[in-house]
Amino acid sequence: MSDVSHWSIFINAALINNFVLAYFLGICPFFGVSSKVETAIRMGGAVCFVMLVASVCAFSINKILIWIDAPYLRLISYILVIASTVQLVEMILRKLSPGTFRALGIFLPLITTNCAILGLALFQTNKGYGFSQCVVYALGAGVGFTIALVLMAGVREKLELAEVPDLAKGTAVALIVAGILSMGFMGFAGLGA
Amino acid sequence: MSTPTTHTDEFIKGLWRDNPVFIQVLGMCPALAVSNTAMNALTMGLATSFVLLMSGLSVSALARFIPREARIVCYICIIASFVTTVDYAIMAISLELHKSLGAFISLIVVNCLILGRSEAFASKNSMGRAAADALGMGVGFTAALLSIGMVREILGAGTLFNVELFPEGYQTWTVMVLPSGGFFAMAVWLLVVNAIKQRQETAARLKEEAS
Repeated sequence: MSDVSHWSIFINAALINNFVLAYFLGICPFFGVSSKVETAIRMGGAVCFVMLVASVCAFSINKILIWIDAPYLRLISYILVIASTVQLVEMILRKLSPGTFRALGIFLPLITTNCAILGLALFQTNKGYGFSQCVVYALGAGVGFTIALVLMAGVREKLELAEVPDLAKGTAVALIVAGILSMGFMGFAGLGA
Repeated sequence: MSTPTTHTDEFIKGLWRDNPVFIQVLGMCPALAVSNTAMNALTMGLATSFVLLMSGLSVSALARFIPREARIVCYICIIASFVTTVDYAIMAISLELHKSLGAFISLIVVNCLILGRSEAFASKNSMGRAAADALGMGVGFTAALLSIGMVREILGAGTLFNVELFPEGYQTWTVMVLPSGGFFAMAVWLLVVNAIKQRQETAARLKEEAS
């Protein structure tokens, strides 16, 4: 168990090493769902929740795998458990809030194949965090993901009104915006210990 | 597809017309994250191609035995096994390389490209076709990664595959090796690809009007 303080883990995951803008994790939903701020917030919420659950799952799986001495099963078991958790969230959402379910549409199942979720599970294992540190790390990563998504959505809403050359329309201009956002987030680098 | 296609067609389409990174914009996460040097990009591309090929073959061979409802889970299991193999293989070959790629080798599992090809192509086609398609996609993916990685390494560090390219005193563009450089390099390549595509379309239209 590493002895980094919880606060610095949170800031590190949310801002300094933002999952989207510094690690490029979860780029697909980042470009896919970031055309409206409202949808972006909902998506962020869903990702936060899945991240929390996935983090707790990954922590327990890792403990079990170390106990039975089979670390090579890590990847397969992580992804299977995370996939089933996402299915669970999907079923709960469909029941509780059909509106949200329809708004997120195809992207909810895609959280399963979202590198941000699996990346979180792998990073926390590599860093050797304890249980409470894992939870804080997941929260930070989720918040960071939501921040990036909402910022991007805000910019893209304005971008609809701007005149973009035909060539750059769509992904290219979104990439440039993301690059500039990422440069902005580099300014947080001094915050960490 | 209306006309019957040969294995070569399946292979060629991954190189340009359906290039996974530049045209379909799939698998962006590794394309941006590990393309800070040409060497990393090449390793990542080869590793992904291997997984793509092996999982394409397995999915195509097992497609008849996999129940429809549970197919995604089965695909993920197959892909994860091959990724674990690649992960350990790279660790055995070069520990240094493994360190610089970090968790991104394991993250090949969630590359939308692999699952996408398994679901959309390999599960519906014969093994030969699936292999041709996977190889084409793999080469296309590697080429795309390499082109991004080369631009970033040349501008950001002044080297290519660790060979110095410029005389002393070259001012490196540090931003290109940082995360934002990945976004910029990819955006510029997309612009180039879009421009070429547009020119081809205009040329084709003019030809049609002339005839």
